Amino acid sequence: MSGPRTEIGQAMILPPYATLLGCSIEWVEGMPELVMPFGDHVMGWPGLLQGGAIAGLLEVAGIAALTHGLASEGGGRIKPVTVTTDYLRTGRDHPTRAVGVILRLGQRIANVEATAWQEDRAKPIATARLNYRILRK
Amino acid sequence: MGFDIQRFTAMGGFGGHGRHLGLEYQAHGPDWAELALPYDARMIGDPASGVIASGPIVAMMDLATSLAVWLKRGNFEAHVTLDLRVDYLRPAVPTRTVIGRGECYRITRSVAFVRGIAHDGDADDPVAHVAGTFMSLKP
Repeated sequence: MSGPRTEIGQAMILPPYATLLGCSIEWVEGMPELVMPFGDHVMGWPGLLQGGAIAGLLEVAGIAALTHGLASEGGGRIKPVTVTTDYLRTGRDHPTRAVGVILRLGQRIANVEATAWQEDRAKPIATARLNYRILRK
Repeated sequence: MGFDIQRFTAMGGFGGHGRHLGLEYQAHGPDWAELALPYDARMIGDPASGVIASGPIVAMMDLATSLAVWLKRGNFEAHVTLDLRVDYLRPAVPTRTVIGRGECYRITRSVAFVRGIAHDGDADDPVAHVAGTFMSLKP
């Protein structure tokens, strides 16, 4: 089962915004995990991550999870409707990782929960609830 | 003396990420601040339509509402975002500058309540609506 998933993964193209954040995909157990290195481009206060960059990474993680989920169902367009971000801990000068978990992928609506963490996955720095409009092909 | 927003933004108050996005100061009042996010193809979230991702709008609104808190407070006080909800009312039209107006409508010793809109030319036809809270770090 992991073979075809990896193929989808290699074909997954992230939007230009993901490049602006400097994030890339790592495949963990067949699921896309986003990695964003720390740098001036995502910094708010000196040495700390900017909240908007964290929200942006969570959004990209949500889009990656949905693109992956939709790939096996013929694909489709994804449009954000609401995004609610909860900031749990300060983002520091470490790489940040994020995954999106699809709570429901319906015909028209998808509900995703994304989580971002740094050194310890059990200590997330932020979570987001993302609701999308799905336009199936 | 109050909070000098123009000095603050000119002195690097947007941080590295705000600079990277090309955020600009636009206007302010006693409890609100307006920023501008010029269109940039690097911010595209949907290559099929050229519409920018929601992340840069979240980043702008986080900063615009933060500035609104300091304007209302009358001084800079370090705070952290507790939560921020963004409703996308419609896609921003590609090539248009997005304007973000943040307002602080209620402030207590430890929590500031904010709201705001983002639009791409007509404030009566916004692209996004936001609501959020900030926690003061002052003990």
